[in-house]
Amino acid sequence: MSGGVHPADPVSVAVARAFRDERPTVLATLIRQAGDFQLAEDAVQDAFEAAVTAWRRDGIPANPGAWITTAARRRAIDRLRRDRSVTDRAERLAELTRLEAQDEEEPSMDDESPIVDDRLRLIFTCCHPALEMPARVALTLRTLGGLTTGEIARAFLVAEPTMGKRIVRAKRKIADAHIPYRVPSDEELPDRLRGVLRVVYLIFNEGYVATEGDRLVRGELCDEAIRLGELLSRLMPDDAEVWGLLSLMLLHDARRVARVDSEGRYAALDEQDRSLWDQDLIADGLAALERAVSLRRPGEYQLQAAITALQIQAPDAEKTDWAQIAELYGALARLNPSPVVELNRAVAVGLAEGPAAGLTLLESLLGDPALARYQPLYAAHAELLSRAGDASAAAGAYERAIALSANAVERAELERRLGALHAG
Amino acid sequence: MAHYMLLVYQEEVDPAEQAEREREMPMFVELHRSLREAGLLVGVQRLYSTESATSVRVRDGETEITDGPFAITKEVLAGYYILDCADLDEALKQAARVPAARWGTVEVRPIMRADEWLRVSREAGADLPDEAVKDMA
Repeated sequence: MSGGVHPADPVSVAVARAFRDERPTVLATLIRQAGDFQLAEDAVQDAFEAAVTAWRRDGIPANPGAWITTAARRRAIDRLRRDRSVTDRAERLAELTRLEAQDEEEPSMDDESPIVDDRLRLIFTCCHPALEMPARVALTLRTLGGLTTGEIARAFLVAEPTMGKRIVRAKRKIADAHIPYRVPSDEELPDRLRGVLRVVYLIFNEGYVATEGDRLVRGELCDEAIRLGELLSRLMPDDAEVWGLLSLMLLHDARRVARVDSEGRYAALDEQDRSLWDQDLIADGLAALERAVSLRRPGEYQLQAAITALQIQAPDAEKTDWAQIAELYGALARLNPSPVVELNRAVAVGLAEGPAAGLTLLESLLGDPALARYQPLYAAHAELLSRAGDASAAAGAYERAIALSANAVERAELERRLGALHAG
Repeated sequence: MAHYMLLVYQEEVDPAEQAEREREMPMFVELHRSLREAGLLVGVQRLYSTESATSVRVRDGETEITDGPFAITKEVLAGYYILDCADLDEALKQAARVPAARWGTVEVRPIMRADEWLRVSREAGADLPDEAVKDMA
């Protein structure tokens, strides 16, 4: 954020850390107090810029978060005095000035509850269904994650000005349409929370499985998604799916390094070097799953996490309980029917009962025009055909999968498998 | 509180299907009464079909009059509500109660306040006195 400053300089390190750790909290509270997203964001930005100079001159404060909060509020007051465009300007100004006068009246950083509420409000506003999905994702990463517009643009392979416009437009809609800054009422909450979890999972998946380009792993997005998942689990500890999603992300992330081998090739689960799996993340993921299951409210993220847990806990692919996994996919299909789930169920059935049973289940999917360009379907078809001993049909399916793959690492792996087929 | 316009778009259907919709009118009446009792209803109007629409354009000083709506679309504007709501969530909740949402689309648009309209125009350089605000909206 502070361009040109040497990264090893302690003040820059402190500012960068405060930016990462304190910014979402400070911003969330100031949005509520100032009643304006853009104004609050500008004021917080000003405060961080001022911190670089002030901390270098006066030393790094004992509580950087409190320093930034006070500085940002003062900047917000300055901006409000100048900017007549904010609705309810007079009321906002009076409220901020009152808070300014009795600085300590506002709960301190140690008092979690009101601040926690602000971050929850911010999550629900950023993930509001009246915003288009890409805007929800960008706004969430921008305001709750520590990512800059440039970083978000690069992660989603969008030009920076395009991403900037998307974020500005979303903030303008929040202001103009009065998208509320609050946790939804009980009747709306389940639906809206599902929407929030979808945004978080989309961020994770975008990092985990890059759909385009050569970098299979975009770790920063995964880290941000997990941070958001952990935040939600602290803010909404009684929701089973919140824990289910956190578990799912941790269990996937534990294998992030092992997904690409030393030559940069994609490694399928059964080919991964298991010694590369992060055992701490696996333990955290399993603990989150246990917590989810104890709440006795099954849901799709918990089922997916349970499937992943079974795969991870088996000593190898051969000894994996594919019958149980097929059953969990069946439950998932009943909860949320989708061709993708059906495909995974067919593969699991193929591994549990033999390729013929799997191929039977694939038949209806292969006839579905909506899946005509779905690469994993043909990769799975090829795999089952190959296991069934039909090398020529398998080769055709691999060729189709290769033609549909947009990811260089994945394509190389499919080509390797096709080659192995000819060799065998 | 903010004002929202709920624009009701729907397909214009054959007389038999239209008659079916007309029989839903008690549902509309019930909704309107409840909106009014809740103090949310500022206005509601139903429009005649686009067969009766006339479009006016002035180009190079010439007034062109065309028979028909401004654009030929499958779903057309059939009526509107103006509601006074706390926020967008409230407006969206009410929009979902409009019976036509089941066969058409209800578009929810925030209405610009007169002072905001004045401010935006002045910022762009329009020469307007403070008191113009009462004639803006």
